Amino acid sequence: MKELLSGNEAVARGAFEAGVHFASAYPGTPSTEILENVAKYKEIHSQWSVNEKTALETAIGASFGGMRAIVAMKHVGLNVAADPLFSVGYIGAKGGLVIVTADDPGMHSSQNEQDNRNYARAAKIPMLEPSDSQEAKDFTKIAFTISEEFDTPVLLRLTTRISHSKSIVQFNDREVVPIKGYEKDIRKNLILPAHARLLHKKVEERFKKLKELSNDFKYNFIEYKDKKVGIITSGISYQYAKEAMPDASFLKISLSWPLPEELIREFAKNVQVIYIVEENDPFLETEIKAMGIDVVGKELIPEVGELNPYIVKVSLGVIQPYTPKQIETKATPRPPALCPGCPHTSVFYAINKNKLIATGDIGCYTLGALPPLSAMDTCVDMGASITNALGLEYALKKAGDNRKIVAVIGDSTFYHSGVTGIIDMIYNGSKGTVIILDNSITAMTGHQDNPGTGRTLMGDEAPIVDIENLVRGLGVKHVKVVDTYNLEEVMQTVKEESERDELSVIIARRPCMLLPEMKKKKFDKYEVDETKCTGCQMCVKIGCPAISFDKNKKKANINYDLCVGCSLCYQVCKFDAIKKV
Amino acid sequence: MENKRVIIAGVGGQGILLASDLLSDALMKAGFDVKKSEVHGMSQRGGDVVSHIVFGEKVYSPLISFNEADVILAFEKIESLRNIDFLKDDGIMIINSTSILPLPVAAGLMDYPEDPIGEVKKFVKNTYVVDAEKIAKELGNRKVMNVVLLGFLAKNLKDIEKRYWEESLKERLPEKIFEVNLQAFNRGYNLE
Ligand SMILES: Cc1ncc(C[n+]2csc(CCOP(=O)(O)OP(=O)(O)O)c2C)c(N)n1
Ligand code: SF4
Repeated sequence: MKELLSGNEAVARGAFEAGVHFASAYPGTPSTEILENVAKYKEIHSQWSVNEKTALETAIGASFGGMRAIVAMKHVGLNVAADPLFSVGYIGAKGGLVIVTADDPGMHSSQNEQDNRNYARAAKIPMLEPSDSQEAKDFTKIAFTISEEFDTPVLLRLTTRISHSKSIVQFNDREVVPIKGYEKDIRKNLILPAHARLLHKKVEERFKKLKELSNDFKYNFIEYKDKKVGIITSGISYQYAKEAMPDASFLKISLSWPLPEELIREFAKNVQVIYIVEENDPFLETEIKAMGIDVVGKELIPEVGELNPYIVKVSLGVIQPYTPKQIETKATPRPPALCPGCPHTSVFYAINKNKLIATGDIGCYTLGALPPLSAMDTCVDMGASITNALGLEYALKKAGDNRKIVAVIGDSTFYHSGVTGIIDMIYNGSKGTVIILDNSITAMTGHQDNPGTGRTLMGDEAPIVDIENLVRGLGVKHVKVVDTYNLEEVMQTVKEESERDELSVIIARRPCMLLPEMKKKKFDKYEVDETKCTGCQMCVKIGCPAISFDKNKKKANINYDLCVGCSLCYQVCKFDAIKKV
Repeated sequence: MENKRVIIAGVGGQGILLASDLLSDALMKAGFDVKKSEVHGMSQRGGDVVSHIVFGEKVYSPLISFNEADVILAFEKIESLRNIDFLKDDGIMIINSTSILPLPVAAGLMDYPEDPIGEVKKFVKNTYVVDAEKIAKELGNRKVMNVVLLGFLAKNLKDIEKRYWEESLKERLPEKIFEVNLQAFNRGYNLE
């Protein structure tokens, strides 16, 4: 059987066919669908973890127990999981352990463009890079074989174009893999310095063997054609380069760490000029130059941004740059926005009106930074809103600046890495305010369950980790829960708590409007009474996509189809010009 | 045959990804190598969405470059302008005559372009405008707008026998909405 699968679906299929027993992840674009699809195979125990570190550690636990385990995350997630990554590089894998990192060249939905091939080198862990969905499936299976044969975790690196592109995949059956079971082995699994010193030697020996493997690995291969030009490439760049120069000779690298040095030397002997086509960092280029081989790479191929066939063709001089028609500039930009009726909206309205400094975080609510709400000052990494506020609070105090700060964080982000920040605030005497935007879901990445939703990834019921009890239990005295559709309550609470001279937490609660249970509910829609509308544009300042302002008529207008009846505009209007339909 | 390239462009929530899945399925059934690429993530939040589909005997890149697309199917007027540079000189542009206001326009910060279809027509001889929303409304289900457009695309693509389209609709859609979608497809297919 064959089917069109995305790279993410193919990895899930590969995990199934490899007989994987355990899978964990924290969502993050472009990796999220891997676990969502693994969870469709009931043979595999799948779970959302609260963050990438716990996801990897849990998978390591399953591997200790002799299970085949896979863990998936977006590129920045591997930063969070870097600590266990380096340790497990020494420990190895009893049950096969595969770590999937989905990088995001071009930053389609990420805060940076880091190249996680660097982690393979730094942690001395082998890395496979598929260049289409078939390879994504095959390499997932091969990764488990390598993992068990060489007693090492294996990194599988996807990029957005691999994760989210579909191509044809041939299916196979599931391999039956027995669970090896747990045995105590502290010299391997407990990395005291004394044990780790021995393990490090083993890692270096393992590395030598992996180098041999890389030279013989059938997916590291040479295709000789015209020998005047040779191209060395990996991942999706292989496809772009093939399209740019179909008649050149190719060395396609699939096991990109450790590199197949002998194969590279052989290729170099047989072609006249070598171009390295790779996205982002000069990873192959640096390594190959260090072998003393002359290659051309980043002088031509850009380091910043995602590649595509066009960029590769122009960089290699295959075609002249295209001259745009100059009318696409007339296409008004369409930035993403908070949905109509988004439960986060009123909080940002209140922050804006109270002119507060808001340290922000990552989620749908980061869109509160955009005009007209413009109610977020910073965004660093998940959980940083709270700890950034703590540091900034101190800096403002020392400077005699009495502006008020609020930290704004979503529920999933709070579970991910906000809890430790609150403990820090309590311990270090903060008088700040944290607003937890609890929309009862991990919305940004496509609505995944989390410890607050009462459901697991496999659809079972789960206990709810109650945020209110949690922060009270930690020692926060002032905790308020508000309904974000009650604008007056939100405005007043934000004002009071930000002015309070003690640490406080506001839980701004209302489920995301896109959740099926919310979509089913019927709310009364609203419309503008043009006879009363003065054109003051207060309602437009909420940033609701359903409200527009007609410049000619100087009247507001509500799009009936888009309105979900949250009533915020009705509450904002001072002239009674907005009424129920 | 040379590889062919299709772009489907629109706004989050318009059913772009389903339409491009249906197209790719039909192409695979017809025996082509197919790759399709899109970026999702922010699409639910009203941003623009684009799907690239490439098919032929052997496909390498799933991405389409400037001046390469044989057909662009724009689900919204601005999106035809946004993607025009990808269309070949003799390519076909199909535009759904719907406007969806970007937030900066709704908020009065920017203007909706005056005559996007007219602008496109200045450059693209083969421009077709379809009022798919009207047809979908006539069928009593506004969500089938994407399949009306797909039907019109199918006729212009010529590469796939109609039965593959029907199979692909049948496999991907829940039974209770299959009939109305098939009607929608045929309405689009039979448009002049
Ligand atoms: C370390 C890391 N992991 C994952 C992500 C991807 N990511 C961005 S926002 C988000 C979840 C946000 O959920 P929540 O805090 O509940 O806010 P919501 O989107 O629901 O408003 C995730 C998983 C990331 N940016 N960084
Ligand atoms: S998906 Fe939910 S949380 Fe995200 S913007 Fe829309 S309503 Fe708000």
